[in-house]
Amino acid sequence: MVEWTEFERATIQDIFSKMDYESVGHNALTRCLVVYPWTQRYFGKFGNLYNAAAIAGNPLVAAHGAVVLHGLDKAVKNMDNIKATYAELSVLHSEKLHVDPDNFRLLADCLTIVVAGRLGNGFTADVQAAFQKFLAVVISALTKQYH
Amino acid sequence: MSLTAKDMSVVKALWGKISSKVDEIGAEALGRMLVVYPQTKTYFSHWSDLSPGSAQVKKHGKTIMGAVSDAVSKIDDLPAALSQLSELHAYKLRVDPANFKILAHNIIVVTAMLFPADFTPEVHVSLDKFLQNLAWCLAEKYR
Repeated sequence: MVEWTEFERATIQDIFSKMDYESVGHNALTRCLVVYPWTQRYFGKFGNLYNAAAIAGNPLVAAHGAVVLHGLDKAVKNMDNIKATYAELSVLHSEKLHVDPDNFRLLADCLTIVVAGRLGNGFTADVQAAFQKFLAVVISALTKQYH
Repeated sequence: MSLTAKDMSVVKALWGKISSKVDEIGAEALGRMLVVYPQTKTYFSHWSDLSPGSAQVKKHGKTIMGAVSDAVSKIDDLPAALSQLSELHAYKLRVDPANFKILAHNIIVVTAMLFPADFTPEVHVSLDKFLQNLAWCLAEKYR
């Protein structure tokens, strides 16, 4: 089981309670599709992803970014049981969506960068460490059911 | 994933905007790396103070970013620009190249924190590619 310090718990709750899920989700997914263009392979049905402006303006990308962030919310609310909480989603990503788990890390990095941009100096080294640890635990849970 | 002409001009333009804070970015990125990725501390066992903001961290962050800035000015030929530093890292420092990626990530995080409006996804991808190329050239002489 993952051990969380009081600081880590408080930091994660604080960041997500103040977050605009729609906006952050949209920005993080957009950034991922632009910075790591091979991730576009999973979004063949999203239409126009030809350049950064098209991606940023694509309503399907915005909607899906929000879906992903709301999915993260499950982990925020179940920090002591993330592995079990994501068992079904892990099977989904492996068996149905066929997402290479390395992509979780790429999206997580983009999310970190978007949150850093929003929090500015509030994103201290300790906050970054807590946030990245949280995302690493989520990624591990999402990868768990792959075989 | 080699640098296009567009990547080069984007990185140079970004450097124009951030040059006044380059030392701060270096210090902050290095300090952050030592906290968020504690295994990187193994390379600095000879320092007395590894906390963010320590004099040693600040000085070394400045040294690193000085070299990165120099690489930006010579972005047309990175292998030549980094040849000596590659020898240093290969034969003397022997830093595992995986750590270049870690430091690059932290440079990007700090740049995003300090320049949120300028650090658009397009700028991000060019900087990411530049740092990746820089790391590749730095590891050139390793084996």
